[in-house]
Amino acid sequence: MPETTFLDANELVINMGPQHPSTHGVLRVILKLDGEKVLGTECVIGYLHRGVEKIGENRTYQMFAPYVDRMDYVAAVSNGLGYCLAVEKLLNVEAPPRAQAVRVILTELNRITSHLLWLGTHALDIGAITPVFYCFREREEALKIFENYCGARLTTHAFRIGGLQYELYDGFEQEVRAFCDMFLPKVDEYEELLTHNRIWVQRLKGVGILTGEECKEYGVTGPVLRAAGVKWDLRKAQPYSGYEQYEFDIPTGQNADTYDRYLVRMQEMRQSIRIIRQAVEKIPTGPIMGKVGKVVKPPTGEAYVSIEAPKGELGYFVVSDNSTQPYRVRVRPPSFINLQALDRMVRGALVADVVAIIGTLDIVLGEVDR
Amino acid sequence: MGKFLRTVFLVDLLQGLWVTFRNQRPKYIYTEQYPAERPKVAERYRGAPRLNINPDNGETLCIACNLCALACPENLIVVGSERNEQTRRKELTYFTYDISRCMFCGLCEDACPVDALELTQDFELASYTREGAIWDRQMLEEGPRPTQYRC
Ligand code: SF4
Ligand code: SF4
Repeated sequence: MPETTFLDANELVINMGPQHPSTHGVLRVILKLDGEKVLGTECVIGYLHRGVEKIGENRTYQMFAPYVDRMDYVAAVSNGLGYCLAVEKLLNVEAPPRAQAVRVILTELNRITSHLLWLGTHALDIGAITPVFYCFREREEALKIFENYCGARLTTHAFRIGGLQYELYDGFEQEVRAFCDMFLPKVDEYEELLTHNRIWVQRLKGVGILTGEECKEYGVTGPVLRAAGVKWDLRKAQPYSGYEQYEFDIPTGQNADTYDRYLVRMQEMRQSIRIIRQAVEKIPTGPIMGKVGKVVKPPTGEAYVSIEAPKGELGYFVVSDNSTQPYRVRVRPPSFINLQALDRMVRGALVADVVAIIGTLDIVLGEVDR
Repeated sequence: MGKFLRTVFLVDLLQGLWVTFRNQRPKYIYTEQYPAERPKVAERYRGAPRLNINPDNGETLCIACNLCALACPENLIVVGSERNEQTRRKELTYFTYDISRCMFCGLCEDACPVDALELTQDFELASYTREGAIWDRQMLEEGPRPTQYRC
């Protein structure tokens, strides 16, 4: 029997991550390669597991709210909104209109910051270094609004069960309007940098195709689904927090490839600005806190609320046993479910595309592992 | 034909370069020169904790009600109290706050009925030892004193 070396095998197994800068955290992808071609992958997750759902069972309802910010730390406000809405549904209360409008403004700002971070890092993975600086510059302006409003930039803990803790500060409206005016030309600027850039287009067009049917099979939601031409947005499909009052379009793509996902997200940022502009013009006056006592003790029951987070459908399932602590909190994180589709998307692609495809899924490992 | 000319003359790349070039104005510098130039954080910033004292007589405002310790998800506040036999009121004896475990969520601040505990705008909390991250009452009343750099 002749001696064989690993060079003779046509299948090569390599590890990408968990310390790879392009896996957006601590994702380990085991790649099975034939030369440059990817034959299959296997994701190993859990490096960032903190047991957030279990922590929820040992904390009171209010105490658990800051922990949800730490799942998708890029879009902490959306996480807070989802959790608060779920507990409010259990309690059968609704946040007052003023609180709802402020919630919409902050979550949409958060969608912009999340997409900006995605755009910057995705471009960085592909090799375009310039956009990340521009994105972070504008992201900073939005984070300043968060900081002024609730005192933290990333893990905001901005909402409380039943409404808001903090009243708006003086000049909130002006700052938000100024941000909208400043931001729209900047989106054009990013597009100028990337949309027609031939390196960008060639790296992204036709890469990582995931059709609408496949998306539905895997349960993939968010911009990835919309780029496949499926017009599905929970803000329209089952409006929450007063989204039905605002006019906006759902941007969709046709080709279901990485390039379309980029275009969809760029359009989403513009639509977010549109929503913010409408919301900030008519923030109702009135109380900011609904009828929720100091001790939150929902009746026995369960509630599932899902919202459209920047990355897709974010669901919270909370079970109450009529005590001050949840019996069970289960999170349906968009990143975790979207990550499943990675294998289907990279099969047959080249090694260099794997990075682009992980980037386009827009995953946050804090949310995948929880 | 138009596409061909655009490709030959690198129109797409030059467009991108023009954006980069436009942003070269020194006026657009965004970086903060941190230790020399200290950023101004927001008024509501949730940073280092402080135990407020009454400015007139220097006594603590805290009534040792233990609500902040109960509100904290991380259980990191320990409030010690003693009943004063003369005034028949609880008096604070010690107060420790472990900032190494704190996530600055602000729940303790919200729970305090007399606004004694407050999260302030100080954000430099590093210390050389683990014990240094556990703040006692004196530290909480005086606040951290970070080194100020100048150039
Ligand atoms: S800020 Fe939050 S974690 Fe820190 S002591 Fe207060 S309640 Fe506890
Ligand atoms: S809640 Fe306020 S008054 Fe009560 S023990 Fe804490 S700091 Fe003191």
